Amino acid sequence: MNVVIVGCGRVGAQLASLLDAEGHDVTVLDVDSYSFRRLPVGFGGTALVGDGTDEDTLKKAGVEGADAFVAVTQGDNRNVMSAQIAKHAFGVSRVLCRIYDPLRKDLYETLGLEAISPTAIFAQLLKEKLMTSS
Amino acid sequence: MYIIIVGGGSVGFYLCKELLNEGHEVLVIEKDARECECFGEELGSVCIRGDGCETATLAEAGASRADIFIATTNEDEDNLVACQVAKHKFDVPRTIAQINNPKNEAIFRRLGIDCLVSVTTLILEHIEEEIPTHSLIHLLTLRDEEMEIVEVRIPQGSAAIGKSIKELKLPPDSILSLVIRNGQRPQVPSMDTVLEVGDRFIALTATESEETLRLALAGS
Repeated sequence: MNVVIVGCGRVGAQLASLLDAEGHDVTVLDVDSYSFRRLPVGFGGTALVGDGTDEDTLKKAGVEGADAFVAVTQGDNRNVMSAQIAKHAFGVSRVLCRIYDPLRKDLYETLGLEAISPTAIFAQLLKEKLMTSS
Repeated sequence: MYIIIVGGGSVGFYLCKELLNEGHEVLVIEKDARECECFGEELGSVCIRGDGCETATLAEAGASRADIFIATTNEDEDNLVACQVAKHKFDVPRTIAQINNPKNEAIFRRLGIDCLVSVTTLILEHIEEEIPTHSLIHLLTLRDEEMEIVEVRIPQGSAAIGKSIKELKLPPDSILSLVIRNGQRPQVPSMDTVLEVGDRFIALTATESEETLRLALAGS
């Protein structure tokens, strides 16, 4: 599978490394080349410096031939914008994005984006942990 | 009309002032506390502090009764999301977004923002106008038709000088609609109009033929 990941933070780098280890073709984009230090030694994919909300940069990253696209930068709005570009301008069939704000996540799900809110999931997880250990 | 503006920078500030003068009800949403205070000092209580992309803030602002929603921050992604939230969550009938990166125009349009103002393009056009050596000036873009109304000046050294319009190889989707010649009233050019140095042609052209038109009239 050809996968483009926007944002090489902890989650982006970890995901890139997992997919690469399974033999997928991975391209990671980040505005800061320093972020690529998080990629493991021997990472076989491509690391590209650039803005994931810029169409030309996304083209360079190979979004036109990508099977999947994941937006996991620190900004909800950047993720939403780059995911929508991938979906609507380039027609990538599987597009996932992280949206911290649960309300915004709900809205974009109704607009057809596949979004995950770590905030809601993590809060729920903490609550369950608290309840079971007492 | 009730108008909400997201972003209290200089565009937001002067826009707010202008709209208030015209008698509209205006509310500005701004993240920065100090910027908010500036509004209070000059314009009264027209600014609330908050994130214009957040549903809760827009609910507090009464977005569901807004007639127009304008996002004018320096971040394109924030303007996009603010307008999408206003449109889809609060059914605001008209959303207007400022665009800083001209490349975003097409995708924002596709994502349903009603009206886009590309500030970079506007500034470039105005500067181009002030550079006398530049032979083609954009006057108006007809977006739906993908056509432009442009002005082309015939510079010294143009290969078209002394030729009549029918002798020129003009792109088929360009129409020369007016010629302005020094000291004369603007005229509708005919096929026999002979080009002179300094002539200014107002033309309607398909956006993609703009460069061909410029070369035909002003190329050396």
